[in-house]
Amino acid sequence: MSVEHELKNSSAERIEVAGISKTFTTKRRSVLALDNVSLKVAEGEFVCLVGPSGCGKSTLLNIIAGLEQPDSGQVLANGEAVSEPGRDRMVMFQEHALFPWLDVMGNVLFGLKLKPGLKDREREEVAKYYLHLVGLEKFHHSNVHELSGGMKQRVALARALAPNPRVLLMDEPFASLDALTREQLYGDIQRIWEARRKTIIFVTHNVREAACLGDRVILFSPNPGRIRAEFSVDLPRARDINSVELARYSSEIMVALKGFTSSEGREVSE
Amino acid sequence: MKRGIASTVFFLLLLVSWEAASRSGLYSPVMFPSPSSVVQYLWQSICDGTLEMATLVTMKRLLVGYAIGLVFGIPLGLLTARFKMFQDTIGLLALGVQTLPSVCWVPLALLWFGQTESAMLFVVVMGTLWSVIIATNDGVRTMPPIYLRAARTMGSQGLHTWMKVILPASLPYLVGGMKQGWAFAWRSLMAAEIFVTILTGFGLGQLLHYGRELHAMDQVVAIMIVIIFIGLLADRIFFSPWERFLHRRWGTGALK
Repeated sequence: MSVEHELKNSSAERIEVAGISKTFTTKRRSVLALDNVSLKVAEGEFVCLVGPSGCGKSTLLNIIAGLEQPDSGQVLANGEAVSEPGRDRMVMFQEHALFPWLDVMGNVLFGLKLKPGLKDREREEVAKYYLHLVGLEKFHHSNVHELSGGMKQRVALARALAPNPRVLLMDEPFASLDALTREQLYGDIQRIWEARRKTIIFVTHNVREAACLGDRVILFSPNPGRIRAEFSVDLPRARDINSVELARYSSEIMVALKGFTSSEGREVSE
Repeated sequence: MKRGIASTVFFLLLLVSWEAASRSGLYSPVMFPSPSSVVQYLWQSICDGTLEMATLVTMKRLLVGYAIGLVFGIPLGLLTARFKMFQDTIGLLALGVQTLPSVCWVPLALLWFGQTESAMLFVVVMGTLWSVIIATNDGVRTMPPIYLRAARTMGSQGLHTWMKVILPASLPYLVGGMKQGWAFAWRSLMAAEIFVTILTGFGLGQLLHYGRELHAMDQVVAIMIVIIFIGLLADRIFFSPWERFLHRRWGTGALK
């Protein structure tokens, strides 16, 4: 396999969530984190899952990733049932989860080295391509602790993209960054999505962020975790988080959200 | 550079006052050898090969025992961290036995193995093994679980996860444990060599012991210095580079 072949987009994947339920049981009580949730995500679609904490959106992401098992229901990736993590579905976590014993290059190479059919030199070239894509070509040999929060998430993004997955699962990846860095990354993620055309499922509790990034915004409510509403955002890309049109969408979503979380306190930020 | 000057001056002063004290005639030279007599002994024993032989014998015992301790200690530590069964058995045993100063193994070793190399080896292994098990176990247990989740999503499983994620993630603890294990092994071996004469080889501890028997204080002090020197050298050669690497990578150790 050549580098060009490796860098060519593998087709994005269709994800189908069918009737998923999941209960977490602690000593005190049991919580129905997901109650018969179904969802279809088309190839190359950018879908944002929004909701207050405890609404099961991260749990759903973990189940799609294959990191957790549902009590009932199933996840289909291009029609095939998902039971464990796979190279077709890469995850980006809220904490960057980079390995401190490897440098930037080593981190991006980690998943690539587990991918068969490539020579080491080719792997390195692929890693360089993705580090360039996230704007970190000058930091190949930096240590993780030397990077800023935003740079760490960029490396994590490059690491997730490097094995050329068909789906990218992002679990509040920008939640711990400052507003300015976040805005930059909104631009970057849209640019990269345009370039690489992955199916992206993006979990967030920030309504505006969801409206800015998603083709569709799916609203969750807690206790039990259910899908309550769905919005299509028909704005041209690249979208600016501060634009007036976007504000209209996000306030519409916010109103809907408040409608069913008024009694739960406000854990969702606009 | 400045620090180099400070240490040079300090140790020169120490040496000069030592020489001065021994020349003052206040203390009997039998009890208080002069630095020059110590150096003279060192030179003589290097020339006739005694010191090299003793160092070689001691280092061989130490390195072999230490290696055995690591080879068993690291996998056992991984097992105790991973499986509850091992934690409740080997882990508990390690925790208890580790509190035992390793010198305490010497009488047992003598009874079991007699005055043989095996007895020496046994003491060194006992000094190393338990602290390495505990350090490995602690290292694995303090690893953030997110590393495992991230590795799983990238397709890492089984042995690959152990070798490429769990082991390197616990390196800072592991190196700490290996260093402690080394210190314990070194101390226990010296104690064992001072206690026990073994005909297959005279180690540094035995030279120290015979220095006392012969009332050759210059020999006693000289061997003590050699022992300190080897300890420092081991730290510089084996552990310092690792620790520097870890600090650089992890971004720890702000105080240089």
